[in-house]
Amino acid sequence: MAERKTRVLVAKPGLDGHDRGAKVIARALRDAGMEVIYTGIRQTPEQIVNTAIQEDVDLIGMSCLSGAHMTLFPRVLELLREKGAGDINVVGGGIIPVEDIPALKKSGIKEVFQPGTQTVDIVRYITENVKSRG
Amino acid sequence: MSLAEDILSGHVRAAARLIRDIDDDVPSAWDELKKLYPRTGHAHIIGVTGPPGSGKSTLVDRMVELFRKEERTVGIVAVDPTSPFSGGAILGDRIRMQRHSTDEGVFIRSLATRGYLGGISRSTHDVINVMDAMGKDVIIVETVGVGQDEVDIVNTAHTSIVVTVPGLGDEIQVIKAGVLEIADIFVINKCEREGADKLEQELKTMMEMAPPRQDNWFPPIFRTEAPRGTGVFDLVYGISRHHRSLTDSNGLRERNRLRAEKHFLKLLQTRLLDDVLARIDQDSDLDRVLEKLAARQVNPYTVVEEIVGEQLKSQTRWDHGGQGKADP
Amino acid sequence: MEDKEKLTRELGRWEETTVAKSVSRFPERKERFESTSHIEFNRLYTPLDESDEGYVDRLGFPGEYPFTRGVQPTMYRGRFWTMRQYSGFATAEETNKRYQYLLEQGQTGLSVAFDLPTQIGYDSDHIMAAGEVGKVGVAIDTLADMETLFHGIPLDKVSTSMTINATAVVLLAMYLVVAEKQGVPSDAVRGTIQNDILKEYVARGTHIFPPRPSMRIITDIFAFCRENVPQWNTISISGYHIREAGSSAVQEVAFTLANAIAYVQAAIDAGLQVDDFAKRLSFFFNCHNNFLEEITKFRAARRLWARIMKQRFAAEKPVSCMLRFHTQTAGCTLTLQQPENNVVRVAFQALAAVLGGTQSLHTNSRDEALALPSEDAVRIALRTQQIIAHETGVADVADPMAGSYAIEALTDRIEADARTYIEKIDAMGGAVKAIESGYMQAEIAESSYQYQKEIEAKKRVIVGVNDFVVEEAPVKDILRIDPEVERKQKEKLEIVKRKRDAHRITETLTNIKQAAETSENLVPPIMMAVKAYATVGEISDTLRTVFGEYEERT
Repeated sequence: MAERKTRVLVAKPGLDGHDRGAKVIARALRDAGMEVIYTGIRQTPEQIVNTAIQEDVDLIGMSCLSGAHMTLFPRVLELLREKGAGDINVVGGGIIPVEDIPALKKSGIKEVFQPGTQTVDIVRYITENVKSRG
Repeated sequence: MSLAEDILSGHVRAAARLIRDIDDDVPSAWDELKKLYPRTGHAHIIGVTGPPGSGKSTLVDRMVELFRKEERTVGIVAVDPTSPFSGGAILGDRIRMQRHSTDEGVFIRSLATRGYLGGISRSTHDVINVMDAMGKDVIIVETVGVGQDEVDIVNTAHTSIVVTVPGLGDEIQVIKAGVLEIADIFVINKCEREGADKLEQELKTMMEMAPPRQDNWFPPIFRTEAPRGTGVFDLVYGISRHHRSLTDSNGLRERNRLRAEKHFLKLLQTRLLDDVLARIDQDSDLDRVLEKLAARQVNPYTVVEEIVGEQLKSQTRWDHGGQGKADP
Repeated sequence: MEDKEKLTRELGRWEETTVAKSVSRFPERKERFESTSHIEFNRLYTPLDESDEGYVDRLGFPGEYPFTRGVQPTMYRGRFWTMRQYSGFATAEETNKRYQYLLEQGQTGLSVAFDLPTQIGYDSDHIMAAGEVGKVGVAIDTLADMETLFHGIPLDKVSTSMTINATAVVLLAMYLVVAEKQGVPSDAVRGTIQNDILKEYVARGTHIFPPRPSMRIITDIFAFCRENVPQWNTISISGYHIREAGSSAVQEVAFTLANAIAYVQAAIDAGLQVDDFAKRLSFFFNCHNNFLEEITKFRAARRLWARIMKQRFAAEKPVSCMLRFHTQTAGCTLTLQQPENNVVRVAFQALAAVLGGTQSLHTNSRDEALALPSEDAVRIALRTQQIIAHETGVADVADPMAGSYAIEALTDRIEADARTYIEKIDAMGGAVKAIESGYMQAEIAESSYQYQKEIEAKKRVIVGVNDFVVEEAPVKDILRIDPEVERKQKEKLEIVKRKRDAHRITETLTNIKQAAETSENLVPPIMMAVKAYATVGEISDTLRTVFGEYEERT
């Protein structure tokens, strides 16, 4: 059996069009040997969740710089649970004030990466914490 | 419930998981595929191939829109290349089809080539079988791109579409050996650009010069402007026409037989090779064998004869699912 | 110049003896010193680095072609640059209060930031607007919001810059109607709309329609304003976002000017005379960390643009060749860690922009890596500009850096490298084609990836982030948008919709559709719809049915 490749969905929910970070991360993850599904900007929570299920990803990484994360991130988690995919790990990044992190974690976000996080740290986080289905 | 049973009762996630297992070459995947196989054979499989920048993804998006209007369900396999350096991949074809991701009648899956050179992945045919068993009416496979080696799609699809674009300098590219023969349908996308007439003329000339096809199908050329949807209606009609020509004649049976042959041989080759190599490694360590070969201590011809001899000794008759030959 | 041969000899001698001796004991910090555009910095620049083109052709004088030394003859001795801080958030009422505060504090121009739904043509009650209303700027659904925004602000006394692109035609129409209602004649109205759709596809993402119909809307605005709003700057061709997306300084200049060329060509193709509209083109650049590269970038951009306008477009009036620009300090350089350091970064960036000759400047606040800025932080940002203006003395001399061997050599180099890019884009068929093929996006993504790799390899130090790091407590006191804002805005919208004449809405929207389907100028029918309190969403949707929506390439 070939080794399982880690599959990650990098998603930009909402109307924020700044994709520099998402693109850099997608590329870094690819360079780390992962398969990255990148769906572009302006994704609705429904599109993100359906994509994650169809692509059988191990992790969803969402990037939001517009301040809409408190509405959009929990909505994604809610939909994942509704569709029986609540076991897919979800992490977030972008412009997310530190005060919002506890609430996000409570809603199910596993980790929030703040500005200045290096891609090597994100790769390490994934390799250490995200198990591809065995 | 097994994955196969879940899939047959409409579970999307189960299908996604099985596809993953197939892609990752998990042994249990074959068990599930065995259960699904009797339920395959209904979908019309369409391959879409063309150079990067030809607008394949947007074209596929528009085709899906029309198929859905006809109330046909659709599966899409979108293949992107794996990086030879890292083994990873960015799978971005979905971007242009994302509006269909919330349509329950559409299932989109992105696959990476994982080093396979045919333009699709090694798992593609089996993934198609899963989507077929899911009940998809149409399955579209978008390949990596077109080049001399990337024409495996023809062994997997019923209808192969080759997409070209004027002005890419590809007028001659398309005509390269192999590509011309695989096309059941040609599409000139971005047809509003300069050079569309010239390209169409060149395609027609090349087709006239090529030996006639066995199936008597003369590939039509459609002009499209995918972003606006121009010409896509005619293209989809052309696809139906091709499918009908297959069903009306013996074409579909022959093509399915060819598909089965290619698939079977590929599976056999892969499995045999994997198994034999595993055995060699278990019993005598492949590295040592290779060193001996390189040092000319043994020759490869004898080694292979010995291996094959071993395999064949274990079975006296090879008759799987067939009538068998009459004894002389 | 002094005897060139003697200088060459002496320079060689210095390198082989004095420098070599020093380097053998104290090697230089790096093997190669580079700018963000990978231009190698020499250890030393001398008269030998001067171009062969003489002073007059290469530098000239401020206020004269080729404008290398500035677009105004007296530069800041006549008038300081406009201190224009971008702002706008949550509701029109709160923004209006912030404007009154800033005008009191000495700000001389207003700048409006709109929320994403407004920028992308969605009303506050649209499903795509959920969670976004009032977050990155003010929510404007109808004329009623615009009236609140400028309540008590005499539009003949201020100049307003609106950062709006895909829906610029609608917001401009609203502004003009507000002015009309105040009794201000349209020829007294002053300001700018960003209106630069091409960079949206490349770097910012708030597009609606595909490129071609978007260009048509832009040229309609050019034509309308030329006749009716002569003091209005109809486009602010932007490099800021291209830089924020990760481009180098050279790419920032090259892609911005390539886009500008496309706009000028589109206007000419629509029948306008270059000397009629060119003076109302303005630009918007970033100011990043590399002090020398940034100053020289601005000078190179001015000279390159002047030459393009004269040689390529045969502009006859000098004013048509002037690159007038607004600058914003680089948001992407601000760090979450040790945010007080950002005040220092912004100060240097602002200084570079002033030494580069900017016409107007926005300085970022220290807390902008976290959220929209607090009042305190905004004031410091404004004071930064005021201190440069009143205390450093650099505003008392026009183009003071000119003549530095390093400055002139780098200016020449950036101009040449940018020109190469532009030629490449020309060969592709122009900016629109380059964007449709994904070329610009790919160059930027590559640049941004390399930059990140350099940071992670510590080839590039970001103080407080990958070096000089300390343990920090999370920052308090940041600005939060009250979640009630969305609800209140939706309520307000509902009231406006109830009170207006529904019949009139249908009528005016139909007129817009008809104008869109022909080549009739879109601005007048949009103004009529706006007066009837049609919403941004309704007008945008009408245009969507005719023009379609843009679909992203990777």
